[in-house]
Amino acid sequence: MLGLQVLILVGGLGGWEMLSRLEWLDPFFFSMPSMIAARLATWFFNGTAQGSIWFQIWVTVEEALAGFLAGASAGVVAGIVLGRNRLAADVLSVYILIANAIPRIVLAPIFVMSLGLGMASKIAVAFVMVFFVVFANAFQGVREADRNIVAHAQILGASPWQITRTVIIPSALSWIFASLHVSFGFAIVGAVVGELLGARYGIGQMIATAQGNFDAAGVFAGMIVLVAVALLADLTMTLIERRLARWRPPSAHEMQTQAGRS
Amino acid sequence: MLPPRRWRLAVEMTSAIAFDAVNLWFHAQDGSALQTLRDFNMQVGRGEFVALVGPTGCGKSTTLNLITGLLRPSSGSVRLFGETVTGIDPRVGFVFQADALFPWRNVIDNVVLGPMYRGAEKSAAYVQAQRWLEIVGLAKFARHYPHQLSGGMRKRVALAQTFINKPEILLMDEPFSALDVQTRGLMQDELLELWSSTGASVVFVTHDLEEAIALADRVYVLTAGPATVKSSYVIDLPRPRVTTEIRYDPRFIEISRQIWHDLRDEVQKSPVAMVAANV
Ligand SMILES: Nc1ncnc2c1ncn2[C@@H]1O[C@H](COP(=O)(O)OP(=O)(O)O)[C@@H](O)[C@H]1O
Ligand SMILES: [Mg+2]
Repeated sequence: MLGLQVLILVGGLGGWEMLSRLEWLDPFFFSMPSMIAARLATWFFNGTAQGSIWFQIWVTVEEALAGFLAGASAGVVAGIVLGRNRLAADVLSVYILIANAIPRIVLAPIFVMSLGLGMASKIAVAFVMVFFVVFANAFQGVREADRNIVAHAQILGASPWQITRTVIIPSALSWIFASLHVSFGFAIVGAVVGELLGARYGIGQMIATAQGNFDAAGVFAGMIVLVAVALLADLTMTLIERRLARWRPPSAHEMQTQAGRS
Repeated sequence: MLPPRRWRLAVEMTSAIAFDAVNLWFHAQDGSALQTLRDFNMQVGRGEFVALVGPTGCGKSTTLNLITGLLRPSSGSVRLFGETVTGIDPRVGFVFQADALFPWRNVIDNVVLGPMYRGAEKSAAYVQAQRWLEIVGLAKFARHYPHQLSGGMRKRVALAQTFINKPEILLMDEPFSALDVQTRGLMQDELLELWSSTGASVVFVTHDLEEAIALADRVYVLTAGPATVKSSYVIDLPRPRVTTEIRYDPRFIEISRQIWHDLRDEVQKSPVAMVAANV
């Protein structure tokens, strides 16, 4: 299994390198793995034009993280409040539908214009990217809460707020988590798009600069750094999720993969 | 001749639950209405164990929901200890048919919910919950999650969760129907033991006639929907009973034959049975 995966990677990179060296692919536009690797080495050992690579990564991660935390908290709160409040949900549903139909990423230029080249505009883009996904899931999760358990809690003596806290939120949590998982990726996309449109630091800014200099190796190297960051973020989310979902029986899918591994 | 008014009042005062000429319609979105209870009259005395039997879908769960206050009658009245039901009464406890444990909480965190909801101090509530886990024999499983327990153990948790609130009225909706026969027998005995030390009034819904007779002081047979009380039988078997053995008692067999005659007609009338017969 792993052997095959490695084989594909090596084959793909080797093929790319060869095609570029034979000039079947124009290295000016498509670069080649050896040049990209050399660029990555330069970044990590000698730093970038704007300073240390770690600083660039940190800027992007910080923007994504801030947008993610704010967007996710706002989404969870809004989803639960509207999910628990029939009237508010009915009144606002039209606006939610409209807001949801706008491709959020087109808001990025507005934020960069209004909030400037600093972090605020990137955080704002990441925020809107995250907010709607988390909101929609939290709302749905609240609506899907088991009526039997709600009735049970009522009879045991729970007040509406106690029901929200002990039944609604825990049962919406698996929905919320599913959305957090994908939306952290969105937060990174938001931050990077914001940086592409105009920034002083960050991975997106490095890619934009490389693009401006017709430096294909720089663009690809920036993408690789980005992929690594996104994968690490995804792994972190998975680990957190596992911890919090201890109570749940392992799903059939998980049991299969575990059986496959052992 | 009507009984004297004073006497009638006295009966109402002493009964824990009283249904008086209750009718209930469910209104569907398309404007149609379905009558589920028709002229329903029932009295449950204080400390009395009543079982409701009737065909599936006749309106047994609906009856319980009227007692909890989750539903209101379309006409007639439902009273607890003489007072009309207006909402969820703190004296009522409920054991559900389906698993209504909180899957994200471990056993003791489930049992402690009632006192916590009702404002008990945390450490006192946990002491109480631990004691109830000992009573139902699950002290060792306090930190397990519901999905790690067997069906019978989950029912024990549900019993502890309900009894910890010291309900004066205990409602049970086919609580043991999902268990295998052996476990069901054990749970029935356990229930009788728990109940005998509380003096609670019980309404136990089941479609299993033998279960009804083994447990109850009185069995109400309901008609196929809309449900009304078709007949009621006093079960004069002595207590304490061992449900797994009482089935072989000649008196038990005699009573169940009698009631079965009544029930059979209704089961044959119920739409579910007709569908089954058509298949
Ligand atoms: N909320 C509801 N809305 C409409 N119809 C309902 C509702 N609850 C129950 N019913 C109907 O009332 C009848 C009695 O239901 P139920 O009390 O659950 O029966 P049982 O518990 O005896 O099996 C059924 O025909 C059912 O479809
Ligand atoms: Mg039912």
